[in-house]
Amino acid sequence: MSTADHAHTDVNRRDFLFIATGAVAAVGGALVAWPFINQMNPDAAVLALASIDVDLAPIAEGQAVTFKWRGNPLIVRHRTKPEIEAAKAVKMEELKDNVARNANAKSGDLATDENRVVGGKAEYLVMLGVCTHLGCVPDGANPSREFAVVEGATKTGGWFCPCHGSQYDTAGRIRKGPAPENLAVPQYAYLSDTKIRVG
Amino acid sequence: MSGPNKYQPTSAFGKWFHERLPIVGFAKDHMLDFPTPKNLNYWYTFGGILAVMLVVQIITGIVLVMHYTPQTDLAFNSVEHIMRDVNYGWLLRYMHMNGASMFFIAVYIHMFRGMYYGSYKAPREVLWMLGVIIYLVMMATAFMGYVLPWGQMSFWGAKVITNLFSAIPFVGDSVTTWLWGGYSVDNPTLNRFFSLHYLLPFVLAALVALHIWALHVPGNTNPTGINIKGPQDTVPFHPYYTMKDAFAIVVFFMFYALFVFYGPNYMGDAVNYVPANPLVTPAHIKPEWYYLPFYAILRSVPDKLLGVIAMFSSILILLALPWLDTSKVRSGNYRPIFKGFFVVFAIVCVALGFIGSKPPEGSYVIWGRILTAYYFIHFLVILPLLGLLETPNPLPASIADDVLAKKKPMMLAPAE
Ligand code: HEM
Ligand code: FES
Repeated sequence: MSTADHAHTDVNRRDFLFIATGAVAAVGGALVAWPFINQMNPDAAVLALASIDVDLAPIAEGQAVTFKWRGNPLIVRHRTKPEIEAAKAVKMEELKDNVARNANAKSGDLATDENRVVGGKAEYLVMLGVCTHLGCVPDGANPSREFAVVEGATKTGGWFCPCHGSQYDTAGRIRKGPAPENLAVPQYAYLSDTKIRVG
Repeated sequence: MSGPNKYQPTSAFGKWFHERLPIVGFAKDHMLDFPTPKNLNYWYTFGGILAVMLVVQIITGIVLVMHYTPQTDLAFNSVEHIMRDVNYGWLLRYMHMNGASMFFIAVYIHMFRGMYYGSYKAPREVLWMLGVIIYLVMMATAFMGYVLPWGQMSFWGAKVITNLFSAIPFVGDSVTTWLWGGYSVDNPTLNRFFSLHYLLPFVLAALVALHIWALHVPGNTNPTGINIKGPQDTVPFHPYYTMKDAFAIVVFFMFYALFVFYGPNYMGDAVNYVPANPLVTPAHIKPEWYYLPFYAILRSVPDKLLGVIAMFSSILILLALPWLDTSKVRSGNYRPIFKGFFVVFAIVCVALGFIGSKPPEGSYVIWGRILTAYYFIHFLVILPLLGLLETPNPLPASIADDVLAKKKPMMLAPAE
C-alpha cells in the first residue's frame, strides 16, 4: 500500500464514501423515525368521531348537562339571569386570563362574557369540562354545592375543580387556583335556534 | 476489580467451554470471589433485595398478561376475572400489586443508605447516576402499570400526570395529544401504556446490569467510607454476602407476604375498584404512596409550569448530588452535623408524602410550601456549605482496624 500517496491528497475515495454514507444514513434515519413517532398521534378512527350535535331545548334554565365529546366531558349550561349578570359585571383587570379561549372568537379577543358564547346567546354556555391545570372535571352542575367562587361572599355559582382547587366563575373563567387559562370553548355553531353542532 | 480471570476449569469440557465463552469465570469473579468490605451492615442488603423484586415483578407480570385484556371496555373486568376466576389469580395479582410497593420501599431505603454513607462520591458518581435513572424508569413503569386495571384512579392518575406535559410552553398541547393518541386518555393510551409497561422492566434489567458493572469497578463503599487498603479489609462475596443477602431477602419476603395475605389493599386506593369514568373525577385524587412527596411539591407551587418544573427538579437534583455535597469525608458516621441534617431531611421527605396525601387546603398548603423549600435548601445550601464548615470526626486507619476496635473482648481472646 502506498499510503504516502494519500497523505498529501486532501480528499480521497474513503473520505468521500464516509461522508456520502453518513449523509444518506442520517437523512434515512430521520425519515424512518417519523412514522414511528407519528403513529402515536390520533388515528383516523379517533378523528372521525370528532363532532356531535346537541339539542339545547330540553335543558332547563339553571340546568347543566354533560356530554362526551372526543373522550372529554362537554359542559352545556343554560345559565340563569343572575349568573349572566354576575359574569358581565366582572372587569377585565380582575381576570387571571383575559383571553377569550373561544375557538369561535377572533384571536386576541378579550374574555368578556359576550366572547365566551356564540351568536350572542348568553344563556347557553358551552365549554370543555377539562380543568386547564391538569385536566380534572370541574364540579359545578351539582346544585347541593354552592360556591362563593368570586365576588366576595355572594354565591354566584361557577365551577370548582376538586383536584387542586381551581375556581372558575359563571362564564368558566379562571379566577383562583393553579389553573392558568379559562375553560376552553370548543368550535361549535347553531344549526337552528336550539341545536348546535360541536366540532 | 475486573482483573484477569483467575478461574481454572477442572474438567475437560469446562476447559473447552472456557476457551470459547469465559462466562463461568466471569460469574465466579463477580458473584463468588468478588472482594467485598468485611464490615457491610444490613442496609447494604437492599441492592440484592431490589434485584430479586425485579425478578418477582417480571415473573408475576408475565403470567398476569396471560389473562389480562388491554382494551378500555374489557380491562377492568379482565382484572376482576383474574381475581375471581383464574386459578390463584388473586395471589398473582396481589403479589404484583404489593410487589410494586415493596420495590419502592426497598429502593427508598437503598437511596437513603447511599445518601447517608456518601456512596455517590468519587469515584462512584456514574454508579449513583445510573441508580437515579433506574429510579426514574421504575416510576414510569409503575405509573403505566397502575393505569392497566382501568379503575377511576387509574384513569384520573393517568390524566393528571400526562397533563403535566401540557405545561411545556408552545408545544405542550401537541405533546399531550401525541402521548394520548387522542384528545383525552382513552383506548389508544391504554394500549401504548400496556406495551411500554411490558417493555420497561427489561430496560430496567439492562440498566441494573450497567449499575452492577459500575459498582464492580471501584467495589462497594462501606460504613466507614474509607477505601479498601488490602486483603485484610475484605472477604469474598460468597459465602459471606450471599448468605447475608439471602437472609435479608427471606426476612423481606416475610414482610411482603404479610401485605399480600393480610392487607393486600392496605397500600392501595379503594376508588380504583370503581371502573374508569371519563366524565367524573373522584373527590380526592391522589397517586400511589410512592409518588406522594413529589405530588406535594407539584401542588405547593401555585403556578402550573413552575409547579411541574419544581416536581421534576426535585428528582433530577439527585443527579447533581455528587457535586453538591462538598465534604471530603464519605460516611455520615464521621460527620456529626451532617448526621442531624440527614435525619431532618428524611423526616421532611416523609412529611411531604403525608402532605401529598391530604387535600390542598388550609394549613396543608402552608406546610407543603415550607417543606418544599426545605427540600431544595437541603441540596442547594446545606450540603454545599456543610462540607466546608463542618469538622469531621477522626477516621479509623483501615476497615480492618475499625472492625477489630468494635469487636467484643471475648471474641478477641485466642481459642484454647
Ligand atoms: C419494574 C417492574 C414492575 C412494576 C414496578 C410494576 C407495577 C405495576 C403496578 C403498580 C400495577 C397495578 C396493579 C394494580 O393496581 O392492579 C401493575 C399491573 C400490571 N402489570 Fe406490572 N409492574 C412491573 C413489571 C411488569 C411486567 C414485567 C409485566 C409483564 C410482562 C407486567 C404486567 C402487568 C399487568 C398485565 C398488569 C395489569 C393487571 C393488574 O392490574 O394486576 N408488569 N404493574
Ligand atoms: S386539575 Fe383542576 S386544579 Fe388541578
